[in-house]
Amino acid sequence: MLKVLYFASIREALGKDAEAVEVPTPATVGGLVELLRSRAGPYAEALASNRRWRVAVNQDMAGLSEPLKAGDEVAIFPPVTGG
Amino acid sequence: MFTIRVQQDDFDLSAEHALIRARHRDVGAITSFVGVVRDINEGSGVSEMSLEHYPGMTEAALTKIVDDAAKRWKVIDATVIHRVGTLQPSDPIVLVLVASRHRGHAFEACEYIMDFLKTRAPFWKKETTPDGSRWVDARTADDDAQQRWETK
Repeated sequence: MLKVLYFASIREALGKDAEAVEVPTPATVGGLVELLRSRAGPYAEALASNRRWRVAVNQDMAGLSEPLKAGDEVAIFPPVTGG
Repeated sequence: MFTIRVQQDDFDLSAEHALIRARHRDVGAITSFVGVVRDINEGSGVSEMSLEHYPGMTEAALTKIVDDAAKRWKVIDATVIHRVGTLQPSDPIVLVLVASRHRGHAFEACEYIMDFLKTRAPFWKKETTPDGSRWVDARTADDDAQQRWETK
């Protein structure tokens, strides 16, 4: 089970800031995003491949090939705009 | 040990500056950058801005950015304070102080920290305009500013 967090415009589009997600192993960031996109509702639109979003695994920026293990904290968010 | 804080409250530039000077006798230059909320963005008036962040990752990302700067330049001390929550035009958002023996290192490290903060630290701005509220889009100019450090 993964703990998946959403921030900013993606959190608003999905209407939730966190959820537990079960993914088949071996899992990767790319696999998780595919699984979420295949869900009904706002996921496909919020995580469309032509939309800009970023992923962090255990609070560190990660690419699509990053492996995931049970208990990981995965965050999905738009490009950052601080400063 | 550098100072990294994420807070709702305003910060006191003079007080943070004095703290650094009180801690070190070998500092010859302290650069400071203060980011401020503008009342205009992308052609629309902005009456209010709210900042969201990712608690935990934000502090870790800022710490790594400052540590990386200290590997490139001779940084004696540094302070990064970033505000979150609701802000008004003219409110300060972010403070970066970099102390070094000479100004060259302090200037460059300060700019490096801001460029990476803009592209790597998990903050998101939402602004209120006459047409309603909208999430601020990331700017490619910020990516370019960060990229230039890769080739130096």
